Amino acid sequence: MSFISQLANPTRFLELSARVLPWLVAASGVTLAIGLYLSFFVAPPDYQQGDSVRIMFIHVPAAWLAMFCYSLMAVSSIGSLVWRHPLADVAAKSAAPIGAAFTFLALFTGSVWGKPMWGTWWVWDARLTSVLVLFIMYLGLIALWRAFDDPSRAGRVAAVLTLVGFVNIPIIKFSVEWWNTLHQPASVMRMDGPTIHSSMLWPLLVMAIAFTLIFLTVHLAAMRAEVFRRRVRTAQMRAAAQPAASVGTTVVAHG
Amino acid sequence: MVKQLDNFPPFRVQAEALGCVRGGREIFRDVSFSVGPGQLLAITGPNGAGKSSLLRILAGLLEASAGRLAQTFDGAAEAEAPSAVHYLGHLDGFKSAMSLRENLAFWSRIYRQSDDHHAVADATDIEEAAARLGLAHALDLPVSVFSAGQRRRAGLARITLSPRPLWLLDEPTSALDKQGEAVLGTLMGEHLGAGGVIVAATHLDLPAGPDLTLDMAVPQ
Amino acid sequence: MSLLGQIIAQTVMLGLRAGGGALVGLVFFLAVVAVVPFGVGPDLNLLARIGPAILWIGVLLASLLGLERLFAADREDGSLDLYIASGEPLVLLVLGRGIGHWIATGLPIVIAAPILGLMLNLSPIALVAVTATLLAGSPALTFIGTVGAALTAGLPRGGMLIAVLVLPLSVPILIFGVMATNGAVYDPEPFTAPFLIVCAFTLASAVLAPLAGALALKVALE
Repeated sequence: MSFISQLANPTRFLELSARVLPWLVAASGVTLAIGLYLSFFVAPPDYQQGDSVRIMFIHVPAAWLAMFCYSLMAVSSIGSLVWRHPLADVAAKSAAPIGAAFTFLALFTGSVWGKPMWGTWWVWDARLTSVLVLFIMYLGLIALWRAFDDPSRAGRVAAVLTLVGFVNIPIIKFSVEWWNTLHQPASVMRMDGPTIHSSMLWPLLVMAIAFTLIFLTVHLAAMRAEVFRRRVRTAQMRAAAQPAASVGTTVVAHG
Repeated sequence: MVKQLDNFPPFRVQAEALGCVRGGREIFRDVSFSVGPGQLLAITGPNGAGKSSLLRILAGLLEASAGRLAQTFDGAAEAEAPSAVHYLGHLDGFKSAMSLRENLAFWSRIYRQSDDHHAVADATDIEEAAARLGLAHALDLPVSVFSAGQRRRAGLARITLSPRPLWLLDEPTSALDKQGEAVLGTLMGEHLGAGGVIVAATHLDLPAGPDLTLDMAVPQ
Repeated sequence: MSLLGQIIAQTVMLGLRAGGGALVGLVFFLAVVAVVPFGVGPDLNLLARIGPAILWIGVLLASLLGLERLFAADREDGSLDLYIASGEPLVLLVLGRGIGHWIATGLPIVIAAPILGLMLNLSPIALVAVTATLLAGSPALTFIGTVGAALTAGLPRGGMLIAVLVLPLSVPILIFGVMATNGAVYDPEPFTAPFLIVCAFTLASAVLAPLAGALALKVALE
């Protein structure tokens, strides 16, 4: 916890992140290269779907990251509301567009993957529909962030919405699954846990790690940008204010 | 007459090194004062000095970014304090579509919730309060047709209907004519006489002379 | 009258008076339902099949109306300030405004639903079922809406944003509401389970939405 409170100082955060960032970029690149190699050259083609199953190695990790990102935002929101950690809402604000991007990637790859199977570009099956709803929630959050002038007020309001959304996600997922009447053949979406053959599992995990590293890299860079952005805003406010702006007095006289 | 003449238990407001930050901008820092029963604290200073922000902190509408604030009965637990405040700000808090009578009845019932010692203001109380402030003829008119001065008087009627020890008044004399100011002065005097506390932000003179003054002007 | 009762009464009164928007919501509901056949064609069988869904979506959209002003008005005229300064719990304000808004705007719409259902060629069973599920579930839509209203209370153009925020959260209620209605009409499908879930949503949102809404009002205030 003390490390986190050390990070509360934006300057210190900027120093640390500047040092860490190049390593993260390198690690992301290497892991992604390994993951892609495993996905496209090592993993066997599916007996039913052929090579198009390889899209799964992008689609599934993207969906995982979409949820991971939202969870991260939920934790940041708690940090914002409960502890008023100054970087918490910077973290949340920076994460939202990245999460939305991963969600969109999941939707896009899901659609492309399904086209040969379903014959259409979209089906309203449980998984894709839940991800679609998650996408709309991300966009709503981003819209809410942008609607306020004051970033710290925006941060607190967005934090409440994030937490409300976080509580609702399992409810939405459960409802959509119950609603879904279109049954997918088990072979298409058989990707949960032990049913996956290990030759498929390793590329999946490596890609998931790669995506996580990419997310952390982009997120850190986005947080740095946001910190700088707020510094610019503060400087602008100071420039606009009158020369003797700070007020303070304790004079209490009688009469 | 509504329980104006009951004495309040001794009530004190103590502020130590209060600071205020709004929208990333520091409004004021290091403000301290102590106001006791029967005292009027006047907060003066130019626009933007933070007078309204200080009142909002005292009312519980804004959190101070630094310092400590204690609002206590007899030095007892602070928990009693939130229901001990009347706030009269720039906005009057009345619903335009409702009549003055309906508005006053609504608020007196809201205030009564946390105040078991006094009964809800009934129809006669409301009529008397309105009459005192020269609004008896307008009781059943919608507030949307009121002038600014009448709204300010209506706000004072709201305050006098439910007894609470601390009055926080933001520019109370604004929009009031000489007669209105006189009534305000009388009400303030009665409140202080019953042991109440008043903190008023103003850049004009108050009809009652302040016991304490806090000047929020920019330091030289 | 209790504090909650006071707030509900005031909200209903304001909703029904001029500019309150209660009757406009009813007309909006009629307009939405009337517009759908222009889009899908006057095939009565089709309308009967999708009728419950049209009514549910109409209720959802109509209940979003008027939410924008629910707390924005309190903020603008200073009564939110007074309420907080009075020391009374904000959750009761949110809950009271929610219940009052439902009574003023939601309830008339639910009562109108079976009449509009006739225009959509719903069978008598379907009419009863859709009205019952709407009665049980539309409060949940309103309560979730109050969270959106509280979050955007300070914003100048919060209306559409409220819809964007609230619609994803309303998806579960919509799903189970229509599922319950269809369950009553078509034999093999269950009615009781989805209906009870809809009731559960209403009860749960009645508790949780005021908590979230009060927190949102508090943080949006400064």
